[in-house]
Amino acid sequence: MSSSSWGTAEPHLPILLVIVPLFGALLVTFLRRGILAWALTLAVTFVLPLIAITLLAKVLQTGQPIIYEIGNWPAPIGIVYKVDQLSAYVLCVISVIGAVIMPFARRSIGAEIQESAQSWYYAVYLLCLTGLLGIVITGDAFNAFVFLEISSLATYVLIALGRHRRALLSAYQYLIMGTIGATLYIIGVGLLYVVTGTLNFDDMATRLGPAIADPGYRNAVLTALGFIFVGVSLKLALFPMHVWLPNAYAYAPSVATAFLAGTATKAAIYLFIRVIFSVFGIALAIDSLPIPLVLIVLSIAAMFLASFSAVFEEDAKRMLAYSSIAQVGYIMLGVALANQASLTGSLAHIANHAVMKTALFLALGAVFYRIGSVMYADMAGIGRTMPLTMGAFAVAGIGLMGTPGTAGFISKWYLGLGAIDAGHYSIVFMIVASSLISVIYIGRITEVVWFRAPSESAKTAKEAPLSMLIPLWLLAGATVYLGFDTQATVDVSAKAAEVLLGGIR
Amino acid sequence: MLTGLTAFSQDMSSGDLIIAAMLIPTAAALLIPLFHRSPNLREAVTLIAAASLAMVTWSLYPRIIAGAQPELKVWEVAPGLDLAFKVEPLGMLFGLIASTLWVVNSIYSIGYMRGNDEPRQTQFYVCFAVAIAATMSLAFSANLFTMFVAYELLTLSTYPLVTHKATPEAMKAGRVYLVLLIGTSMVLFLPAILLTWAAAGTLDFTPGGIIVAQGLEPVQALGAGDAVSKAIPLSPLLIGGLLFLFVFGIGKAAVMPVHFWLPAAMVAPTPVSALLHAVAVVKAGVFSILKVVVYIFGIDTLSQTGAGDWLVYVAGFTVIMASIVALRQDNLKKRLAFSTVSQLSYVVLAAAILTPVSAIGAAMHIAAHAVSKITLFFAAGSIYTAAHKTEISQLNGIGWKMPWTMSAFAIGALAMIGLPPTAGFLGKWFMLQGAVTTEQWFPVAVIVLSTVLNAGYFLPILVRAFFLEAAPVPLHAAGAKNANDTHHDDHGEAPFPIVLALTITASMSVLLFLFPDVVLDLAKLMVAGG
Repeated sequence: MSSSSWGTAEPHLPILLVIVPLFGALLVTFLRRGILAWALTLAVTFVLPLIAITLLAKVLQTGQPIIYEIGNWPAPIGIVYKVDQLSAYVLCVISVIGAVIMPFARRSIGAEIQESAQSWYYAVYLLCLTGLLGIVITGDAFNAFVFLEISSLATYVLIALGRHRRALLSAYQYLIMGTIGATLYIIGVGLLYVVTGTLNFDDMATRLGPAIADPGYRNAVLTALGFIFVGVSLKLALFPMHVWLPNAYAYAPSVATAFLAGTATKAAIYLFIRVIFSVFGIALAIDSLPIPLVLIVLSIAAMFLASFSAVFEEDAKRMLAYSSIAQVGYIMLGVALANQASLTGSLAHIANHAVMKTALFLALGAVFYRIGSVMYADMAGIGRTMPLTMGAFAVAGIGLMGTPGTAGFISKWYLGLGAIDAGHYSIVFMIVASSLISVIYIGRITEVVWFRAPSESAKTAKEAPLSMLIPLWLLAGATVYLGFDTQATVDVSAKAAEVLLGGIR
Repeated sequence: MLTGLTAFSQDMSSGDLIIAAMLIPTAAALLIPLFHRSPNLREAVTLIAAASLAMVTWSLYPRIIAGAQPELKVWEVAPGLDLAFKVEPLGMLFGLIASTLWVVNSIYSIGYMRGNDEPRQTQFYVCFAVAIAATMSLAFSANLFTMFVAYELLTLSTYPLVTHKATPEAMKAGRVYLVLLIGTSMVLFLPAILLTWAAAGTLDFTPGGIIVAQGLEPVQALGAGDAVSKAIPLSPLLIGGLLFLFVFGIGKAAVMPVHFWLPAAMVAPTPVSALLHAVAVVKAGVFSILKVVVYIFGIDTLSQTGAGDWLVYVAGFTVIMASIVALRQDNLKKRLAFSTVSQLSYVVLAAAILTPVSAIGAAMHIAAHAVSKITLFFAAGSIYTAAHKTEISQLNGIGWKMPWTMSAFAIGALAMIGLPPTAGFLGKWFMLQGAVTTEQWFPVAVIVLSTVLNAGYFLPILVRAFFLEAAPVPLHAAGAKNANDTHHDDHGEAPFPIVLALTITASMSVLLFLFPDVVLDLAKLMVAGG
């Protein structure tokens, strides 16, 4: 994407990334017919990756962050959007996933949500996307809170639109947990504001240094860190603050689950990394506090315990939900080890996991579209009647196991290198041992869908329609492609990790 | 057509041939489903692919003998992770074995799968072709990463073959297969690769090895270059530990106690047991171990530090234990499987003796065991197809009803015991030579004792087949569980493709004894360091 093709809009791309889906959501609410709402949403979501990729290309080219001052108000007074390597990369992941699943959504939403509520679904979907993109692009702590709330409120609605009656309860569960998380975050931000007198991330970082020297301020800063740590951890479903996630994923509409699994926790992880590395700084948060130790313990607990839960699930969506909690554990483990290789692995896994997990959930969405259930008992033998759908599922599943030649392996390789670099040899074995459990849960569902005698519903199932198969196979193909071509993941992640470890800029 | 193809492949560059070796089976895997509805065309695809692949590998052979080691760097996945291929003598040998036997096995498969009316034959041939593609990639891999990719692909592509019958027993075997093979490779093999990378800064297979031992001069003369000078020297204990990770991480070599998957995998259709679980998959295991010993650690590094001494005992134990277990199996395929476990550890043992001569013995044994064990499995499948018998106790007098099958079986059995005029003799001969000249008496004892045991579990089968009267029907012994078994007593030889295939492989076993140079030349090149 050459810079000139955007014309005069070029300098305003950062704000457009938020404005376009926001106003898109507004317009969609006026459309009564589901198909029109879908078409407009599709158009909007396809513009977003173009913007994000342009921003990423620009940041990589110049090596400098893009600063966008809203209303031309400079930093301490106005809100500033800041796009650096890390944020541009995460923006790309979120916007691409948001776009790829839209062609799939038409049929799936058409079947799972009544006609009158469909345009609401699409409007809320765009709002959620606005919130997630906003969290990542903003350089302002309070603005991040606002976007966090936008995305959360939208997520409650997305979950509640699920057909199952328990969807309402799950949404309520998430509402409570999400609100607690956001509240803790804003308390932490408030404390930081008291100490530094600013809400801008960069300014906070520069003023925190001197402030810590004063013991009174130091305690306030540590308290703020505690609040933010727990608040954001709730949002990103760090073990043991993950309990909202399995139900939320299980009862949301299929497409919403695929979208949330690929993007929602990723935006929260971004916020975590941003605050820990760029605001509190490595010297304070990583080197002088036991945060790495706590994170390592919780991550490894997630990797094992959540994976075990996945093994014994009978509901495919819940199985994948538990798997997501374990995968968040991998990402946070790399963050905790905080060296170049481990951070590269973590950041690469943000994209790799988004691709693989979205593919897996889309495959389940296609199964649900055909047979109305994703329980193992109903999915038995469905590989024979829906070979293309379940073939894509198998490919993405193999990726999730971290098999070499797939995206999952690349993340694992760098995480392993990071653990060796940190001198934690035992962690190398924990990483590989926990991924063995993923072999078991993926192997189990593989056996059910391919080798078990077909269930009544599986016997009569038809292959998914093309509009579902294309996005599905695009992502399954990407699982393999990203296992060989790592320019888009590892190279960018390595640069972002360098920036994070090198300081604020 | 054949001569035309040969001429064509001789004009191709070595790099193109390497690519072709991987693309041909891959293309076959993609084409086979298209002919789902016309089995004859579908099988034609398999046969043509197998023949062309053999052509490709055999036209690489003279170039390797002439001293060339063609390389092909396909793609850099990430720094240090190169997808690259290099045909060195050992890989050439493995490639030749796998591709040549694929031709024979395809002929056999057609007879077997049709003769037994197996379901899901298209899926069977597709997975088979993918497994061959993985085998070729593994044989020609130039570094540990490429090897690992191929290794895992081989496991995944053979999993549907193990579970082919979709019975509860097959599912259970599939679970053991997947968890044990993927499990060991993930939990031990992958960390071994990571640690190798951290210690050596490279993953390339390099003559003389890339691991540097503390207190020893790195073997730079052999062209390791910069990589070795950057390497971190390791203590003998660490080197021993790393070797441990590799040996047990490469579960396909079935060194005890990671051998359970192999007998379990015998529920697969016999052509799978024959080519994959007697040749491609298991040989991929011992081949990988041999390659790691020779090109990652280096024979000198291991023998001078003593870091690999324990391996002799582990391998020796496996050889003996597996033979003893084999003695007690009544199921013919199970007995063959434990025999395979035992024979595989011969190769590991030969590698662990750490002399050039024994390494030649290891290479020779890979080839000899491949052609002989495939013959034995072909014979077992032939008996199953013609007589529907699976237990050894049912085989009384069968030699006269199926003379071709059981004569071939006899040749295979002689090779397993290690008697002339079969290729099995040569491999053992070189191993013994290596052990005796370096005065390692434990391996010598193992080889002698296991020869006795091998005779103990193979000769009774031959005695039953040729010298015992068939028992009157119906049998009350194990196996004759239903009345259907009885009418199969009235049988002759198996279908023609099956008999043809097992005759070919049995002759190969003898030919390899008469003309061992095909293998020996390659093996000598390998120990000479390319």
